[in-house]
Amino acid sequence: MTAATQAATTSAVELPKVRRRRRWRFNMRAVGRTLGMVIIVVWCLAPFYWMVVTSFRQVDYTYDNALLPKHVTFDNYKAIFQGNNHFGRALINSVIIGTVVTVFAMIVGVTCAYAIARLHFRGKFAVLGLILAASMFPGVALVTPLFQFFTNIHWLGTYQALIIPDLSFALPLCVYVLASFFTQMPWDLEQAAKVDGASPGQAFRLVILPLAAPGLFTAAILVFLSAWNEFLLASQLSNGNPNVAPVTYAIAFFSGSDPRIVPYTSIMAAGVIITIPLVIVVLLFQRRIISGLTAGGVKG
Amino acid sequence: MTAATGEKAGQEGQVGAGRERERRRRRARASQGDSRLAWRLIAPTIILLIVVIGYPVVYAVVKSLQLDKADAGINPSTGFFQQGGKFVGLKYYRYWFNCNCPNGTNGHEFWPAVQTTVIFTVITVIFEVVLGTMMALVMHRAFKGRAIVRAAILVPWAIPTAVTARLWEYMFQPHGVVNSVFGTNIIWTGSVWPARWAVMIGDIWKTTPFIALLVLAGLQVIPDELYESARVDGANAWQRFVRITLPLVKPALLVAVLFRVLDVLRIFDLPYILTHGANQTTTLSILAVNELRSSQNAAAALSTITFLFIFLVAFVLVKIFSVNVVQTQARTVKA
Amino acid sequence: MHYRRVLVVAVAAVTTVGLAAGCSSSKKSGGGGRGPITFVTGKDTSGVWPAIANQWNAAHPNEKVTVKQQSDQADQQHDDIVQHMQAKDPGYDIVTVDVIWTAEFAAKGWLVPLKGQYAIDTSPMLGGPVKAATYNGTMYAAPFASDGGLLYYRKDLVPTAPTTWSELISDCAKKTSGMGCYGGQFSQYEGLTCNAVESIYGAGGTVVKSDGKTPDVNTPQAADGLNFLVNGFKQGYIPKEAITWTEEPSREAFQSGKLLFLRNWPYVYAHLTGDANSQVKDKFGVAPLPGSSGLGTSTLGGHSAAISVYSKHQGTAFDFLKFIETPDIQLNQFLKVGTLAPVLKAPYTDPTAIAKFPYLPTLQKSIDTAIPRPVSPFYPAITQSIQTNVYQALQGSLPVQSALQNIQAGITKAAGG
Repeated sequence: MTAATQAATTSAVELPKVRRRRRWRFNMRAVGRTLGMVIIVVWCLAPFYWMVVTSFRQVDYTYDNALLPKHVTFDNYKAIFQGNNHFGRALINSVIIGTVVTVFAMIVGVTCAYAIARLHFRGKFAVLGLILAASMFPGVALVTPLFQFFTNIHWLGTYQALIIPDLSFALPLCVYVLASFFTQMPWDLEQAAKVDGASPGQAFRLVILPLAAPGLFTAAILVFLSAWNEFLLASQLSNGNPNVAPVTYAIAFFSGSDPRIVPYTSIMAAGVIITIPLVIVVLLFQRRIISGLTAGGVKG
Repeated sequence: MTAATGEKAGQEGQVGAGRERERRRRRARASQGDSRLAWRLIAPTIILLIVVIGYPVVYAVVKSLQLDKADAGINPSTGFFQQGGKFVGLKYYRYWFNCNCPNGTNGHEFWPAVQTTVIFTVITVIFEVVLGTMMALVMHRAFKGRAIVRAAILVPWAIPTAVTARLWEYMFQPHGVVNSVFGTNIIWTGSVWPARWAVMIGDIWKTTPFIALLVLAGLQVIPDELYESARVDGANAWQRFVRITLPLVKPALLVAVLFRVLDVLRIFDLPYILTHGANQTTTLSILAVNELRSSQNAAAALSTITFLFIFLVAFVLVKIFSVNVVQTQARTVKA
Repeated sequence: MHYRRVLVVAVAAVTTVGLAAGCSSSKKSGGGGRGPITFVTGKDTSGVWPAIANQWNAAHPNEKVTVKQQSDQADQQHDDIVQHMQAKDPGYDIVTVDVIWTAEFAAKGWLVPLKGQYAIDTSPMLGGPVKAATYNGTMYAAPFASDGGLLYYRKDLVPTAPTTWSELISDCAKKTSGMGCYGGQFSQYEGLTCNAVESIYGAGGTVVKSDGKTPDVNTPQAADGLNFLVNGFKQGYIPKEAITWTEEPSREAFQSGKLLFLRNWPYVYAHLTGDANSQVKDKFGVAPLPGSSGLGTSTLGGHSAAISVYSKHQGTAFDFLKFIETPDIQLNQFLKVGTLAPVLKAPYTDPTAIAKFPYLPTLQKSIDTAIPRPVSPFYPAITQSIQTNVYQALQGSLPVQSALQNIQAGITKAAGG
């Protein structure tokens, strides 16, 4: 390690005197890292844990504070799939709506993001602003006009009435996430492909797209979950049609034996059911894609 | 090559000359074909967004300039509202900005709502950025148990707000689990700052994973060599973070901040369910919903004001973002 | 090309908006139409509506009624009706309106007046619900279920229920340690309006004059009434945490034995007697609300059914309204579940019903003398003004006098002042 390499690799970094403490620091770092992981897991999962515990509690004991499950029952889980809750159907609807929105936003968004990140044209700033402007209007102000519009064209309570408005926030998110990601990619590979005679389209499809997989996947998760979370528009535009209404709408419909009772235990059971499969799926996909990335070696 | 990268990554500011040169070079390279292709690629997005959002926005703006039926007065003999729809110019905008209204009316709540919304935005976004970046770093570096961490951080974000708002409402009750676990006796939704913190904690918990995921995606494209060489040179963890990681994840972080800011500025469900807007937790969106039940056109004006306000904030952030895109791209291409 | 397309969309949008705004005069469809109808109601937690619909459908195979359920949140039900009315949806034949929405919907011209061919006989009904369904001298909705506030008290500790606030306050001494004395619904939401106006009424005050719109709340009586609640927080006979209470947390406090007196609705009764975790099963009684000098006055809750002016089958809709007012339905459907109080007088004196729900005579008294919250088309603004100002007064951050002044000014402002 010569002074020359040092100067070449890092400029403003001062020469620290800590080298001989490295081993010790290394252990400290491992401890710190584990501690960090524990804190994160606890922070993220503690409320979820409470949700799980509550979901197994008998409804009469809703306000019990025992940290370990007491008065355990499966009734809440049974209840949400029963009667006119349409919870199972709503889950399917949410998957359909989320998937279509994601696929659509990705297809349209990828090309747009590519243009923004890679191509040079006048008005790029205006385009970025315009795209973003779509997700700046308060959602509460969109409901009435959309409701009247969809009523007029008899789309109220259809999938398209639930899917199309979601694009107003899904598409901008998709474009921005991908644009930021595309700018980070090793584009010399694309240049190389072009030199080899590939068209910009081919270069994009064959070289860039595979490398962009983690970014695409992140964008897709974010878009899917944002559609999955949507409630305000769905609550009005689904018009109570259980064949299309998403799960957020179905949950708002859970009720206790009186309208004044907030059915916490059923809501929590629904929350658990929604969360677990989603996390498993994301986990499976994400691990695959990350290992693919390291193997593929996106290293400048 | 390496030296140049190191230097770039090493300088936080990255001013001027290099970027300008780079930009000019690219502009020269950009051909007519590039530009046409760009517009072809962008057109579907723009058209779609105009179709989705154009009608509602124009509708709201037009309505905000007309007299609402509910403000047209009541015909004393029939008891019915009189005809609305008359053009009233900026009446409703003046109403919001300059209403000499008594306490407890929506007009009185406008400036407090602006203040509350800004407070929520600034505090939650700062916390989310710091925590989200920390989460991303841990996920990126940690090997044992990484899968658990990844699954764990997705949980808050996978649960719809409709559910989490109820979860927090439930936990923040005076005899709820939060007080019982910490042995405190705080009436969370009973006074201003506890109520605000209850809302903000709920929001931070739910959306930090959003930032963490974006930053993680940004981290994954940073070449390990950069860290290796910095480490070999004895840069400590903090130095590596500030000089290498931060500049390189900046675009991803900016996107995250941008979307979080836009989201929090429109926050509705969480404070609505947790506090009904009491204790100065009425945000602009809650105020718009309250007004919607009285005068739809005044609510439309408020929505338009909110839109313009967000636009102003976003303008600054987009400017930073687009500058950053070019900048980072230049650097990455070089690397 | 790109810009032109933008322009076309924008122009189309503007034109549509203009047209929509231009022709908003409502066209009255001819009355008397017959055919299948849709009955829109909030989430049916008691399960009575399908049964009622079945009973009706068996007798009217060509004019079947379909029950459409909305969410169980009142705000969402309100907004849902507004959306459908604005879109002039003929699919909403009968809508269920909360007592506080009647005036607003009527003034917007969405409800068919129940007079002339659609007149309903109100003589067998309780007074309060009819008053609440009447706007500007015309009845616009047929009340079918009512609700009134009751005082639940621990009869093991307080053998006779207090009839005045001062009695109640002195009874507080009888609570055991760890208990709070009095509780109600004091979170900032509609329930607070109910509690606040009950206190104001209970001291002989009022909110609006008998014309239904001139505010009259800035009075010593109203201040007295409000002070019962404000002093409760100040002096501690209302527990601090009650500032966050809606119906359920307050019920939970009473049900777990932590409260001596509770103001709540009749639905609570079944939980106190039947829930597994109830600590007060045989230890509580039900009484009318106390007042400043003698018994107090309840506010009126409940729901009515109204015919939409956009309905194409108003004749059938009207017959269905009459159907749900029959003693059979009122006694055998609504009362059976115990959460929907009938609007007819008869069921309250039915011996078998009283055996099952001993609080019925008390409830009848409560509903019969109940005063509706202001029947005004500007109700949303009025209730918001009450909620915000009273809440701040309860917190001690706003003097009672200023709160009442603000409410007075707020109501004037709301009505276009």
